[in-house]
Amino acid sequence: MRRMILAAAAALTLVAGPALAAGEAEHPRQQKWSFDGPFGTFDRGALQRGFLVYKEVCSSCHAMQQKAYRHLANIGFSEEEIRAIAAGYKVMDGPNDEGEMFERTARASDRFKRPFANEKAARAANNGAYPVDLSLIVKARHDGANYLYSLLTGYKAPPPGKTVGEGMHYNPYFPGGQIAMGAPLNADAVTFADNTPATVEQMAKDVTSFLAWAAEPEMESRKRMGVQVMLFLIVLSGMLYAVKRKVWADVH
Amino acid sequence: MAHGTPPTQLTNPLMRWVEHRMPVFAFMDQHLNKYPTPRNLNYFWNFGSLAGIILVIMIVTGIFLAMNYTAHTDYAFNSVERIMREVNYGWLIRYIHMNGASMFFIVVYIHIFRGLYYGSYKSPRELLWILGVVIFVLMMATAFMGYVLPWGQMSFWGATVITNLFSAIPVIGPEIVVWMWGGFSVDNPTLNRFFALHFLLPFVIVGVVILHLVALHTHGSNNPLGIDKKGPQDAIPFHPYYTVKDMFGFAVFFVFFAAFVFFAPNYLGHPDNYIPANPLVTPAHIVPEWYFLPFYAILRAVPDKLGGVALMFGAIAVLAVAPWLDTSKVRSAAFRPVYKILFWVFAVCCVVLGWVGAMPAEGIYLTIARIASAYYFIHFLVILPILGKVERTLPLPTSISAAVLKQGSGMVAGAPAEKP
Repeated sequence: MRRMILAAAAALTLVAGPALAAGEAEHPRQQKWSFDGPFGTFDRGALQRGFLVYKEVCSSCHAMQQKAYRHLANIGFSEEEIRAIAAGYKVMDGPNDEGEMFERTARASDRFKRPFANEKAARAANNGAYPVDLSLIVKARHDGANYLYSLLTGYKAPPPGKTVGEGMHYNPYFPGGQIAMGAPLNADAVTFADNTPATVEQMAKDVTSFLAWAAEPEMESRKRMGVQVMLFLIVLSGMLYAVKRKVWADVH
Repeated sequence: MAHGTPPTQLTNPLMRWVEHRMPVFAFMDQHLNKYPTPRNLNYFWNFGSLAGIILVIMIVTGIFLAMNYTAHTDYAFNSVERIMREVNYGWLIRYIHMNGASMFFIVVYIHIFRGLYYGSYKSPRELLWILGVVIFVLMMATAFMGYVLPWGQMSFWGATVITNLFSAIPVIGPEIVVWMWGGFSVDNPTLNRFFALHFLLPFVIVGVVILHLVALHTHGSNNPLGIDKKGPQDAIPFHPYYTVKDMFGFAVFFVFFAAFVFFAPNYLGHPDNYIPANPLVTPAHIVPEWYFLPFYAILRAVPDKLGGVALMFGAIAVLAVAPWLDTSKVRSAAFRPVYKILFWVFAVCCVVLGWVGAMPAEGIYLTIARIASAYYFIHFLVILPILGKVERTLPLPTSISAAVLKQGSGMVAGAPAEKP
């Protein structure tokens, strides 16, 4: 087994390049999130701003294959707004009755348009690196939300003695410290409808909230149901304990 | 059916008709109602019925998941995400199932340690214990295959590492692995057969659980004193005493269960399993689910592959022969002052094994894993046989009722309470 893991590790280094080589990473900086804790909810304003950041910045490289435009209704977009957002994209459909594939305007029921047709195309356009799908990214990383926020705001010049490979960027929060993605957020890259200043921190925080929602769209109803279930079970436990005491009264 | 009514006095004609042809009501009356149970069972005896209810929950949620799951390497990951996002309450069903596996192991581990502490495996309950070990092994196989089904990174690499263990078998090992995979690596045929077996094995577990209960009801439960029932004054009917106590136990345990399902559903899992399986990228650390960690630590503690595999399976097999390794005539640790301490040392040893199982197999962790693995086997193979011969045990009470009623208010002996 050990030999197998070693072989696999060697394969990993060859395939993924230095960016993925196992290495140290700084612990993510801890932020306060509205969705923390048993009563946490998503901030609709942050989610809508976060969607804008994804749409304007991230989506040029990163797909979100689990999300459809209709899902945006959950974060407060109206049906008309969703239709308008979808209408901004062309998707491939078909084959039609003549057997031809054709392009058409996206509908609310379509998944978010992928920036690249496939992984090979994505790598070819990104210097060999593959921009991962972001649908589940917050669940797919330890301490996901804090990690993402730290990563997005953590770009800086490499410390002395640390060399960064060609086409790579230094980021202490990324395992190994080298990441193929350049700093994606620049101040005022987007203009928020609610006039929130588009600082890098603000955009990072909002897009992280959006991605947390994308990963766990059920979170609010889950926690709300959880509170109800817990209350019910605690009362039930108390009542059953009383019954148990009464039934056992003549045995003790 | 009014409980306590002798089945011969059934008034409903349909029930009488059935009873005459198949005495199902007499059977239920004997095993769910009157079944004489030691009057002194503590809350550790709740965990058997708890394991039973979790098995039912796993089967029910599992069937609904299977209705929406696609066992194909191209679709498995997305079909699970579809369950999470599009199926009505799919997230609830899946999180119950996912955390239910961990709950099942928590409950069963407590159940096993209860048996070890109170000597429940000793004569005449050896077969009952062995059937329990069989259930444990089936559970591990089922849980392992279930973890592969979402086809995330840990699914794939866990399956690769664990199935590769069988290649350690001399001569035929590599052939066996290819046969198990249905190909030359973990791939679609592997996923398909794991799904089929993951669906099948729980029903095999149900079968062995029934045997476990048949064996249990032959001599009845052991009890915290570890002495046999001497007469009716030592027992109380299962219903209502233990039915209500079990119900209370369920409710309390469900609070714990629900806390994970609703507020920390992924706490016990690994984030890498939300990355789709990729045979070209190995995760930095391949770790199994927490409930396998002690055995994983034993596996990695041995420098030789075959030796590691042998010891890992041996660690489970040695449980099955515990009734013959433990030479003490006294069952309960309550009357075995030295065993009582060594039991806790063993329990700590198992926790330590679980902890190092999650750490990289190098440096100090490897040393700790080796010491703890050695102690695990020393406990069974050296301590249990010798301690039973040399330990000075405390005097046993004359009967359960004598010991229990001594400090109680003193209910009239001889009359097990009859409930209306």
